[in-house]
Formats: sequence, structure tokens, C-alpha cells
Amino acid sequence: MKTDDLIALLSTNVEAVDRRQVAREILATIAVGAIAVIGVISVMLGIRADLLQTEPLMFLLSKLAPAAGIVVVASVYLMRMARPGGEERVAIAWIALPFVAVMLLAVIRLAFAPASHWNTMIMGDQWLECLLSIPIIAVVPFIAVVWVMRRMAPTNLTRAGALAGLVAGGLSAVGYALHCTDDSLPFVALWYGGTIALCTFAGAKLGPHLLRW
Amino acid sequence: MTANEAELKQLMMAGLEGDSAAYRTLLDRLSRLLRGYFRSRLARIGREATEAEDVMQEVLMALHTRRHTYDRNEPFMPWVYAIARYKLIDHLRRTRAALANVPLDDANELVAREDNAGAESRHDLHALLRELPDRMRRAIQCVKLEGLSVAEAAARCGMSESAVKVNVHRGLKHLAASIGREKRT
Repeated sequence: MKTDDLIALLSTNVEAVDRRQVAREILATIAVGAIAVIGVISVMLGIRADLLQTEPLMFLLSKLAPAAGIVVVASVYLMRMARPGGEERVAIAWIALPFVAVMLLAVIRLAFAPASHWNTMIMGDQWLECLLSIPIIAVVPFIAVVWVMRRMAPTNLTRAGALAGLVAGGLSAVGYALHCTDDSLPFVALWYGGTIALCTFAGAKLGPHLLRW
Repeated sequence: MTANEAELKQLMMAGLEGDSAAYRTLLDRLSRLLRGYFRSRLARIGREATEAEDVMQEVLMALHTRRHTYDRNEPFMPWVYAIARYKLIDHLRRTRAALANVPLDDANELVAREDNAGAESRHDLHALLRELPDRMRRAIQCVKLEGLSVAEAAARCGMSESAVKVNVHRGLKHLAASIGREKRT
């Protein structure tokens, strides 16, 4: 094929492009992912019954805030990573910040508690359910985010995959928090933080295979 | 780089607004810059000129099908360079070259030399078009090859106007993907 023929093909009757297309498609996908996660959680596990009482609500918010913070920061970075060269505009420190903050608070909480309580505070009642649920449910938003990223042009597939995993893990954790009744901060730091990190790692490994274009 | 940048960015902006003539000029200019870039890179590992043409055409397809990922508030050439670099690395991996022999990190190289001597790539446009699903092929035939308006193409193909647009869009993405696959095998 001659290059002139290709240029003629591409430039004949060219369509105008919406300047907000990247943001619109990614945010819409994340919203769909969030709804799907909440749907799966409420059908499979059930939303906790004491949701609207004041004290559990406060605990819930303390779990939701870090997870939601991660989702927000990761979504912003995902939009940057969707564009060629975007990997130069992503600072790992901002992503690590919510993790570090929760870990610090957890350590402080443990330091003020008697050592005999540590086991319950860390392991909770349902650590195994948490360990399994967050990564498994994260598969649903992960597929959605990978689908939308394949329509974009990331040039660092490992990092783009990691961010896709982080967004998916964060969304899954937000949803799981609506079900989970283990409210201690060390529990959240370890099991939520650990599973979200696991999702990020899995995304980084899968990125180069799934996001190639 | 600056003179090129301002001019090419303006062409890109016009192209994104649907200005076909500006867009054609842009692709023409970019094809020369990319040809020079890929030839100089690939010559160092003893590859032929047609191979540079293959990669360059693949990049033109990618620039086109992913042009919505260009942020109009940002400089234009770094965006082009990021795609060119990505596609070159991808190409070298697929053809099992040692990446160490090919210098990659110099964006200025992209505007250092223009190369007008086009070769024919190994991609066969008409063969690739034949592999497309019928509706996509007909939409591309009418709108892109014969230059009919979307309304005329819709009347001829018996599709709605939005179906014509969608089929052109999907068809080009298919073509871009099959150009990539062709080399992989």
C-alpha cells in the first residue's frame, strides 16, 4: 500500500472529535463498575442491616473514605494514563498516600489498645471473607475498565494495568464496606489495603497482555 | 521543534474539528517526519526501508483511530512521539530485535529529518478491506474511498447516517488491528 493512499483513506470526510471523550468514557465506565459492584454485593452478600444507625454509619464512613479516596485519585490518574505519554504525569506518592494514612492510624490505634485485643482488632470476624470477596468482586469492574482502556492509547501498559487494578480493587472495597461488619481500623488497613494492593499487582501483571494496541 | 509544533498543532486542531483538508496536510507532514525517524532507527539494525514504511503506516492508523486521546491543551508533537515510540518498541519486540541497539529516547529526532521518498509498505489495503465485515467495508468504500457524504452513503447502502458513521469508525479500527496482526504472524 502506498502511504498516499492510506492518507487519502484516513483524511476523506474526517469526523469531528468530542474533546471530552476520554474523560466521559472513563468516568461512565467507572460509574457502571461501581453500580455493578454494589449490585453484586447486595445480591451475593447483603448490605449490613444496621447501616442507618449513627454509630455503625460512622464506622462505615471511616472505611468508605479511604477506599473512595483511592478510587478518586486512581480515576484521575487512569484518565492521564489513557493518553500517550501519560505515564510521565503520574506520581506514585499520591496513590500511596491513602494507604500510608490508614496504616499509620491503624498502628496508632493498636498502640493505644492492650496487646490482648490486638488479635481481634486485626483479624476481625470475617478476615477470610474479606480476603476473598474484594479481589473476586473486583473482577467485574476490572473487565469494564480494561474494556474502556483498550479504546484509549496508554503507552505504559504495566502502569495502566496497575491503575486499572487499583480502580477495580478500590471500587470493590467500597462495595464490600457496605456489607462488612468488621469495623476496626487495623482490620481495614490490613485486609482492605492488602486486597486492593493485590488487585493493583494483578492489574500490573495483566496490563501488557490485555491493553496492547 | 517549536516552528513545527505550532503549525502541526494548528492542523491537528482543525482536523479534530472535522477539517479534512487540514487533516490531510497534517498526515502528509507527519508521514514524512515519521518515515525519517523510523528509517534512521531501523537502518541501525540493518532493516530495510519497506519495514520503516510498514511501521509508519501503522502509526498513521493509530494516530487516526486514537486521535480522541490527544488533549488539546497539551503540546502536539510529544503526543505523536509517544505513539511513534510505543509502536516502534512494539514492532521491535514482535520482530525480536535487541532493543539495546536502537536509541529510543530523543523526541527531537522526530523533527530532525523529513523523508519524502515513500516506498510501498507490505500492507495490502484492498486485501485488508476484503476481510472486513460487509457493512463496514461498504461504509468505508463509500465515505472514505469514493468520498461520498455520509448522507449519500447512507442512501446508497441502505443504512442510517449514524450506522454509516459507526461502521466507518469500527472498520478503520479493524483495519488498524489487522495491520498489527499481519506483522505478528
